[in-house]
Amino acid sequence: MDTATPAVTVALHDGDRVVAETGQVDARRHGELLLPAVDRVLAEAGVKLDAVTDVVVGVGPGPYTGLRVGLVTAATFGSVLAVPVHGVCTLDGLAHAAGVEGPFAVATDARRKEVYWARYEDGRTRTGEPAVDRPADIAERLAGLPVVGAGALLYREAFPDARGPEHVSAGALASVAAERLAAGRELLPPQPLYLRRPDAQVPKNYKVVTPQ
Amino acid sequence: MADEPLVLGIETSCDETGVGIVRGTTLLADAVASSVDTHARFGGVVPEIASRAHLEAMVPTIERALKEAGISARDLDGIAVTAGPGLAGALLVGVSAAKAYAYALDKPLYGVNHLASHICVDQLEHGPLPEPTMALLVSGGHSSLLLAPDITADVRPLGATIDDAAGEAFDKIARVLDLGFPGGPVIDRLAREGDPAAIAFPRGLTGPRDAPYDFSFSGLKTSVARWIEAKRAAGEDVPVRDVAASFQEAVVDVLTRKAVRACKDEGVDHLMIGGGVAANSRLRALAEERCERAGIRLRVPRPGLCTDNGAMVAALGAEMVARNRPASDLELSADSSLPVTETHVPGAHSHDHVHEVSKENLYS
Ligand SMILES: [Zn+2]
Repeated sequence: MDTATPAVTVALHDGDRVVAETGQVDARRHGELLLPAVDRVLAEAGVKLDAVTDVVVGVGPGPYTGLRVGLVTAATFGSVLAVPVHGVCTLDGLAHAAGVEGPFAVATDARRKEVYWARYEDGRTRTGEPAVDRPADIAERLAGLPVVGAGALLYREAFPDARGPEHVSAGALASVAAERLAAGRELLPPQPLYLRRPDAQVPKNYKVVTPQ
Repeated sequence: MADEPLVLGIETSCDETGVGIVRGTTLLADAVASSVDTHARFGGVVPEIASRAHLEAMVPTIERALKEAGISARDLDGIAVTAGPGLAGALLVGVSAAKAYAYALDKPLYGVNHLASHICVDQLEHGPLPEPTMALLVSGGHSSLLLAPDITADVRPLGATIDDAAGEAFDKIARVLDLGFPGGPVIDRLAREGDPAAIAFPRGLTGPRDAPYDFSFSGLKTSVARWIEAKRAAGEDVPVRDVAASFQEAVVDVLTRKAVRACKDEGVDHLMIGGGVAANSRLRALAEERCERAGIRLRVPRPGLCTDNGAMVAALGAEMVARNRPASDLELSADSSLPVTETHVPGAHSHDHVHEVSKENLYS
């Protein structure tokens, strides 16, 4: 599952292929949409949750409060089912699904006029840590490269060779994880990649509750 | 089972990650992880810091509570969670965890109201709540007078603060006096050595034409700050203990006076006081004195149950199960401004279903 972008996406993977997948794009309703999506995917595959042997979650980077929805849901499943929870960089899922040959980059919308991005050698090989920057500040470095994802499509003036897919799919994310697990490679811990410090501002009148 | 349901409750509306487990009105576990120290240097709760801390603490706190209670999660009769009100991002972590937990265990989920939970927690201390109960809830986030004929279904707001919450006033005065955050405990401690009658600070909204059950602490806060600044400007020492005692007296005087009046007006013979400020020793003492004089039975839970915790959510969840209230569904949202009248958030489907059926009956 992945909730790091406006897409809420869930898939079931049997080690060889994606068995079922569902998703919805709604940046404001991650909390409402995720569990029903899990339920739909399992129902479609005719499988109960306790048959799951590994949980894979997109760890971002992601700007949305929604990022935590996927992470806490995955961690809770892991605790109840007593199965491992693996993290995969959300950008890696997009790269995997991009189908681009040769070097390219992935960029998602970080809001505040910035993108989360990373460079890839190919669909399976990231060549650096994800970062957050203004499109104009990285346009030169990525000049001539295809750039995949909503962050590219949103800032076409900085990324002229912008391409889809726009959002990550859990199917791609699960495929990345299944490949890495099969190859005996380490996955990430299921911890969020925020890449930004929290806004350390105490809002005025925080949590004021005035019954009407 | 039905009258002693085993329920796990999750609370993440502010800066405490709380998980409690109760059996009926018996407390089995109360695990809390707090991010208060991280917020201290900002002088208040920073929402994003709180949300991040909730994510880290959530699952370990659930596991700790289960261990403490010595029960298996499979034996639970339900999972309850604070659906609101509170900080949106913070609530979302708890609601998401509760949903995943309920789904993975195939148990009913109950999204409940934070304020109703603050009242219901007293069942763990003093047994079933009398009906109706009058409740005074005072904390850094809320100051309300609530009449609760049925804690699972009928809570009526009589009054609330029109500006600052009582706990916020404590934090702000502590900041002016350089006493750190949170301000409540330190002011309480210093006030014990001060004279509550030393300075006559104003009592907000106590005039004959003012709303009888509403509160206002903003004017008091300004008045105390001015008094301190005037002393400093004159080059005099600020009598910190007297200021603390006089300020605290002004707050608790208004709170208890209005609460007792509400009990008398509504013919209610029980007063419950909850929320973090209920830990204040002077509030407890004055409430005791005034309730006794008015023939009202006072119920105040121990301080650990007054601040935000998971046990209070579990207590209300258990009551929901015991009274057969409809469960929430998997679409349950965190609602940062959930009105106090919505004691819980039943699933849309059970409700819709009733409408569909009645429509069929009408037109077929
Ligand atoms: Zn509270």
